[in-house]
Amino acid sequence: MSRFERAFAKGPALVCFVTGGDPTPDATPAILDALVEGGVDVIELGMPFTDPMADGPAIQNANLRALGAGTTTADIFRIAADFRTRHADVPLMLMGYANPMTIRGSEWFAAECQKAGVDGVICVDIPPEEDPELGPALRAAGVSLIRLATPTTDAARLPAVLEGSSGFLYYVSVAGITGMQQAAQTSIEDAVARLKQHASIPVVVGFGVRTPEQAGAIARVADGVVVGSALVDLVGLHGARAAGPVRELTKALADAVHSARETA
Amino acid sequence: MTVQTPAPNTFRNQPDDRGHFGQFGGRYVAETLMPLILELEREYTAAKADPAFHAQFDDLLEHYVGRPSPLYFAPRLTEDLGGAQIWFKRDELNHTGAHKINNCIGQILLAMRMGKTRIIAETGAGQHGVATATVCARFGLPCVIFMGATDVARQAPNVFRMKLLGAEVRPVTAGAATLKDAMNEALRDWVANVHDTFYIIGTAAGPHPYPELVRDFQSVIGKEARAQMLARTGRLPDLLVAAIGGGSNAIGLFHPFLDDPEVKMMGVEAAGYGLDKDHAASLAGGRPGILHGNKTYLLQDEDGQIIEGHSISAGLDYPGIGPEHAWLRDVGRVDYTSVTDDEALDAFQLLCRTEGIIPALEPSHAIAAVRKIAPTMPKDSIILVNLCGRGDKDIFSVAEHLGVTL
Repeated sequence: MSRFERAFAKGPALVCFVTGGDPTPDATPAILDALVEGGVDVIELGMPFTDPMADGPAIQNANLRALGAGTTTADIFRIAADFRTRHADVPLMLMGYANPMTIRGSEWFAAECQKAGVDGVICVDIPPEEDPELGPALRAAGVSLIRLATPTTDAARLPAVLEGSSGFLYYVSVAGITGMQQAAQTSIEDAVARLKQHASIPVVVGFGVRTPEQAGAIARVADGVVVGSALVDLVGLHGARAAGPVRELTKALADAVHSARETA
Repeated sequence: MTVQTPAPNTFRNQPDDRGHFGQFGGRYVAETLMPLILELEREYTAAKADPAFHAQFDDLLEHYVGRPSPLYFAPRLTEDLGGAQIWFKRDELNHTGAHKINNCIGQILLAMRMGKTRIIAETGAGQHGVATATVCARFGLPCVIFMGATDVARQAPNVFRMKLLGAEVRPVTAGAATLKDAMNEALRDWVANVHDTFYIIGTAAGPHPYPELVRDFQSVIGKEARAQMLARTGRLPDLLVAAIGGGSNAIGLFHPFLDDPEVKMMGVEAAGYGLDKDHAASLAGGRPGILHGNKTYLLQDEDGQIIEGHSISAGLDYPGIGPEHAWLRDVGRVDYTSVTDDEALDAFQLLCRTEGIIPALEPSHAIAAVRKIAPTMPKDSIILVNLCGRGDKDIFSVAEHLGVTL
């Protein structure tokens, strides 16, 4: 059983996103530990990029803070590898954009992921049509490629999205960027039901989810919930002292997600 | 009996059906946009085969834009440089003062075919923003122009023009607040409004099919120039020269000549303060990478972080280049060179004084390259330069660089 499979076997999972190197590379390990202490099931570590086209202001600013602190790709892999030595079981994936992931070649990137104990990769701007850019190297290295489905992904297109992906399917619940409005609960429920007809891997919902109440409601129908911008905002507010507030929010989110099916 | 037909030796059959020009181009966009990109490709394919679409495009270019633009022999500049004959394709005489309008006409017709009711665009210097605002006013569609806050401050006349034309100009403060950031913000708006919004991209870059359709709409420049040159001189030019930011005016001039082996071509990038300092020459100083939907040469560091371009010309101030240029350089069909801010400024003044034409700073880069190469060519040879924009918009920044207070 992979780390992803174990994480989703326990019931609905809480997936938490923070940007690597925000506010500094040295501060990130304590923030990741706070997520684990708060009860996170899967960690999504953002690789900072100068041009984060799919992200709203919160994560854009986190990218700028990380790059401003001198965060490099080597720092991200060092943070991931150190995390793996501290936490053997918590799945960790990298989220980012195509250019930093492919600039040294996809084989190099996939090998670094494997060495660092990274379980999966989300690349925002490599759709299935450009899969050769990254997918084959990740699959050969045994690293999951997690693809995004969106409100514009119709039934005809969904098989192409699922082909070659593993770990879980990330449903982007709004057509838009991160950290903005949340989709209506009914539209999320309809979409998850539709996706689960086709997907043999867990379906996780993200974009616009900020509160334990929202996360709990989604966890009643989906296999997991992603929270990103709300945590990134705490890092932006508290900087190097963000671990405490991040732990508290994570705990509230985790409680809501893990108990969602009991109260349903 | 089957006859093995060798593949035609052509440079004009790109991109492939997946939108790649060799290793460049492609469709590197978020999943939300992918279905729309595929729909745009289907609609463009249908439009290309529709005589009514071509008729409407040609009619607007003739009666609204003022095409064909003249082909002009520049006698005093030729004499001054003392070598090859210099000819200009006068696209600066178009409505709105640059070649940008050719593409905007084509794209807004596509937008209306697709039933889109709202237009967005990015702009750097403001020329593409003005051209987009113009066609939106002409067809009565609401229009939002994303422009870096830095550029809003230094291009005030064009901001006012866009507003006069009814566009909303939205300053972008993210990143360095220039063209690249305006493009990021336009993509963010598009992803949130895919249901009703069409993104009019200003250069021959972005995800497939944009590089192809922008090239096709701008190819009117080269088609006209080729026919005009044959009619006037009975021969083709020896060398084509055009400035390159994203590369839409250059590909528009070059593409109809690509299969004429006797015609050499030169694209001119902006070397800014110099190639060893801040510049915007992606081919000379960059390497292949992925940004804004396509794979192409990019200014970037070893981690793939994008480096801001610099040029005196805001229209060339972009850290990438259209993917077809990246391919044409790698296959060796087109030569690419670069000139500095100072060389462009000198060429700007030279054209003012020798021909009575105030060029934009973008084609001033092409003229600066011609200044170097024309004297080395025989007097019976012909250089054709794309004069892709006029300099009205640039007089303030030129005055500043020359130390003149207006």
